[in-house]
Amino acid sequence: MLLAGLATGGIYTLVAIGFVLLWQTSQTINFAQGEFVMLPAFFVLAAMKFGGLSFAAAMLVGLVVSLLVLGLLFKRLVVDPVIRHGVLPLVISTIALAILMKEGVKEFYAADAQPFPAAWADTNLQFGGAVVSVQNLVIIAVAVLAVAALQYFLGGTRTGRRMQATAQNPVLARVLGIPVGRMVLYTFLINAALVALASFLVSPIYLAKFTNGETLGLVAFVAAIVGGFNQVRGAIAGGLLLGVVDNFVAAYLSAQYRAAIPLFLLIAVIMLRPQGLLGRAEERTV
Amino acid sequence: MKKALALAVLALVVAAPFGLKPYGIYLLSLWAVMTIAAIGLNLTLGYAGQISLAQASFVGIGAYTAALLTTQGWPLGAAFALAALLCFVIGWLLGYPALRVAHHYLAFVTLAFATLVYLILRNEEWLTRGVYGISGIPRPTLLGWSTKAPLDFYFFCLGVLALASAAAWWLLRSPWGRAFTALRENPVRASSLGIDTRRYTLMAFAIGSALGGIAGVLYAPLVQFIEPTAFTLGLSFNLLLMVIVGGAGRFGGPFLGAAVSVLLPEWLRFSEGLYLMIYAVFVMLLLALCPSGLLGLAERLRDSWPRFFKSAT
Repeated sequence: MLLAGLATGGIYTLVAIGFVLLWQTSQTINFAQGEFVMLPAFFVLAAMKFGGLSFAAAMLVGLVVSLLVLGLLFKRLVVDPVIRHGVLPLVISTIALAILMKEGVKEFYAADAQPFPAAWADTNLQFGGAVVSVQNLVIIAVAVLAVAALQYFLGGTRTGRRMQATAQNPVLARVLGIPVGRMVLYTFLINAALVALASFLVSPIYLAKFTNGETLGLVAFVAAIVGGFNQVRGAIAGGLLLGVVDNFVAAYLSAQYRAAIPLFLLIAVIMLRPQGLLGRAEERTV
Repeated sequence: MKKALALAVLALVVAAPFGLKPYGIYLLSLWAVMTIAAIGLNLTLGYAGQISLAQASFVGIGAYTAALLTTQGWPLGAAFALAALLCFVIGWLLGYPALRVAHHYLAFVTLAFATLVYLILRNEEWLTRGVYGISGIPRPTLLGWSTKAPLDFYFFCLGVLALASAAAWWLLRSPWGRAFTALRENPVRASSLGIDTRRYTLMAFAIGSALGGIAGVLYAPLVQFIEPTAFTLGLSFNLLLMVIVGGAGRFGGPFLGAAVSVLLPEWLRFSEGLYLMIYAVFVMLLLALCPSGLLGLAERLRDSWPRFFKSAT
């Protein structure tokens, strides 16, 4: 039970981290983040169906295409032309992008849910009476590895530190000779990699369907706020918390109202601790 | 110039339904209803600078209020009063925590709220009849004038739209409305001038939500059958795009945006499923090139026209 919650939370965490990173470095609030998770699974399916590739090769193709489309093209074609008009138009633009992606998949691939192969065995293990599904263990392991690698990259490498500097103070970063534009691009690529990973993990469970993104996008944002919008650590805590609470409520309280949990968590956190559980209060700039 | 344009539009919408088939009249009525909801959202988005993704939920609350009351024999007027009050109060309660923090929070609080409303409409069958929806919603009779026929009901919708736009016009010309504008242009300066920014933003959102409820009260007798899926996020997005496409923060924006959004699917019918994709790309291009919407684009063209003329001669 707790394990299933942690597995769900692990996926939420990956999506939420990408969300937070985009916000930090480029003030992009990506309303299409959920659709970003929906899409890579379809890249893989399309590569297998039309390209006749094996599952492993298709995953690789899916990842590369995700990096190109959801990272590079998203930044160049959607964010760059609109961000100079402000945050609000960009939010609306990503909403339109979400519609475009959803309709595109529905029109050009399939409107019904597609089975997505899992990269692991769908069996259960017995641990002294407790049944543990391999699927959940794999998800948790991959999520932990991804987060650890990301933390190492951000904190331990030269490029990662430059990215953090860019997020904290772009003007100063530029003065120090950091190529700010390229650092922002890296963030978009990392976000694309994270959502692709989340996509490969979540699709075997929920099947690949064009509407998958709707709840995921909301959950990612709630996780980010609950944890603290300006902290990668916060996104991790928020994602895990939300996943666990989600599974427990569905099991013990009401499966019908499962989708309403984000609302209650969101309002509770905003009322009690608006900067998030682990966040710092953000100073308003005039 | 502006007055002449407004009169021409008025003459057009009064004369338009004559000679149209019932479906055409239905589309015009839908335009009037959606315009009311979009005017409400324009208060929130265009004047107070807040994104609400729950406008469809308020339309839904209004529609269900009207459906439940009128099928029980209550007059539609009672539904108008109750729906407006209900949506105002809910909007206030939603906005209160969200606006404590920052602008983008309201967007996600309303997004979560939209999910909640949909779940309630679907699951609480004792009240809303769940997925079966409510049918047989009667059209109102006003002082002996029955609005059962499509044409009569269209003029009823047009009348409510006229009242709603007059109210919005008056609101925006009042000191309140000026405070809204000040807020959008520069919230920090507005607050330093002694405007209680949070209270005004909250008010704009609550009033905008109430207008959504009023649109819903009209929507129920227009389509005469309502069910939960009509009021999901799709409609909220659509309303949001109406305001943006028309021109956020411009009085005429919602009128134009709603017309584009209601009529475009009919014109693009040949493209079938591609329609929404074309629309989405169009919106993204518009935002990149001219974020002030079609009206802003028209203004820019008008301003550059004399210059173009001069350089040509």
